[in-house]
Amino acid sequence: MSRLPPDGDATVIRFENVSKTYPNQARPALREMTLEIERGEFVFVIGSSGSGKSTFMRLILREERPTTGRVVVAGKDLNKLSNWKLPHHRRLIGTVFQDFRLLPNKTVYQNVAFALEVIGRPKGQIVKVVPEVLELVGLAGKEDRMPNELSGGEQQRVAVARAFVNRPMILIADEPTGNLDPETSVGIMKLLDRINRTGTTVVMVTHDQAIVNQMRKRVLELDQGALVRDQSRGVYGYVR
Amino acid sequence: MRVQYVLQEIAQGLRRNLTMVIAVIVSTAVALVMMGSGLLMWQQTLHMQDYWYGKVEVSVFMCNQEDVGKYANCQTAITDPEKTTIHDTLLKTPHVQTVSYENQQQAFAHYQQLQAGSVLAQDVTPNDLQDSYRVKLDNPNNASVVAGAVEGLPGVQSVQDEQQLLKPLFTFIHIAEYTAAGVAAVMLVLAFLLIFNTVRLSAFSRRRETGIMRLVGASNFYIQMPFLLEGAVAGLAGGLFASVILVGVKAFFINHVVAPHLTSVQFIGWSPFVWIVPMLLIVGVLMSVLASAFTLRKYLRV
Repeated sequence: MSRLPPDGDATVIRFENVSKTYPNQARPALREMTLEIERGEFVFVIGSSGSGKSTFMRLILREERPTTGRVVVAGKDLNKLSNWKLPHHRRLIGTVFQDFRLLPNKTVYQNVAFALEVIGRPKGQIVKVVPEVLELVGLAGKEDRMPNELSGGEQQRVAVARAFVNRPMILIADEPTGNLDPETSVGIMKLLDRINRTGTTVVMVTHDQAIVNQMRKRVLELDQGALVRDQSRGVYGYVR
Repeated sequence: MRVQYVLQEIAQGLRRNLTMVIAVIVSTAVALVMMGSGLLMWQQTLHMQDYWYGKVEVSVFMCNQEDVGKYANCQTAITDPEKTTIHDTLLKTPHVQTVSYENQQQAFAHYQQLQAGSVLAQDVTPNDLQDSYRVKLDNPNNASVVAGAVEGLPGVQSVQDEQQLLKPLFTFIHIAEYTAAGVAAVMLVLAFLLIFNTVRLSAFSRRRETGIMRLVGASNFYIQMPFLLEGAVAGLAGGLFASVILVGVKAFFINHVVAPHLTSVQFIGWSPFVWIVPMLLIVGVLMSVLASAFTLRKYLRV
């Protein structure tokens, strides 16, 4: 179901001495970061605002290019990826945001189907897989609802369904529980965990201590652009 | 790519920015009308030149009794040896095709015919007019050669190039042509800016969709197609409007209002429209697609 990199390498994301300095900014957003994330891992990325978490995500999606160093995703050096191949790279990655980013004038079903339509998937396939993924995220029976008729948790489930419907190799979640109450957050975390168990690598940026402490997954902590902690089965950390 | 999806997106986009789209269509149409009129006027001058070039001559007028002392070369009225010299010189001059002789009586008859009914004509006698050589050239633009060859010869009163009489008319048309071209250029720039702004607004109002499309890996072509087609549809509409206006002006204004009063001017027929109309449509579409692509490069970056 999930895709292996072509060379059979278990590493899906590799940062090699990656630094990123934005134009007109003296301080680098990311400095000399080196790390590997393997297939099927569940990784939390934590750190205060401005620590480089967003830049880290944007580099994986190749919304930005590193100033120095290499980012390798699924065996491909993103520095060498041409612009016209970029869409194919993004199809390997599903993305979920804090603010859901659903299309308000489309139903639940249409929002999820949209992700397949715009990459040119045949109608027959869409009709088959969209109900499947809605079932997986626990929204069976709500296909025809509009986003504004759903609770925050349900909206985020739609967003997860949209990110996952193409069965990506990597799922990136940028504070997916940031707008949700703790109880609903648990539901979303269970869902992400279930997706992770299908073999999908999940990278999740979060500020939610309780979730990190409870899940006991790998934790990457960033501080002022530097990777200051890489701990398997980690916790959120000490109160500073 | 689904045709239905694309058509739906175009229709939605055009509806959403209706006022801007109307502005685009109108300014494109005005730009193309100006461009089309410039081209038509150019065709008109070519047509008139063809017509007149077959007819214009250079006249070499020779001294009559009255001219003696009034013109430098008129020591006496023209003599036969002088005529022979002038005639031979004309025949030896390059570009000259035929030389014909018109005596005072013939000139008088010609004059009476042209000025029939005029009071002035009644006072003119054959002796007031000059003997002349009528020279036809391979190209009327070479008239100065004739003047250069015979102007200084004894017995030549003056050399008149009939083309000079047509000059003001041609000059007027050329000025109109350049004015139309200038206005067309300004309007094309205006249309370009309007399309730029319209597509930008359109891209902005759909940034949610396009953002998601980018994230899930839709190709640039797929994302940009509706915007490009939106511009193309507006450009095509502008081109159609311009063509209708030009055809209308020709059919009603030129053919029915102007032509009956200006019988001396040979107006062009419909043949130039065969290539001008498709050209306007193509320019309209191309320009708007270019403007859209240019905008999208800026505002729909991957």
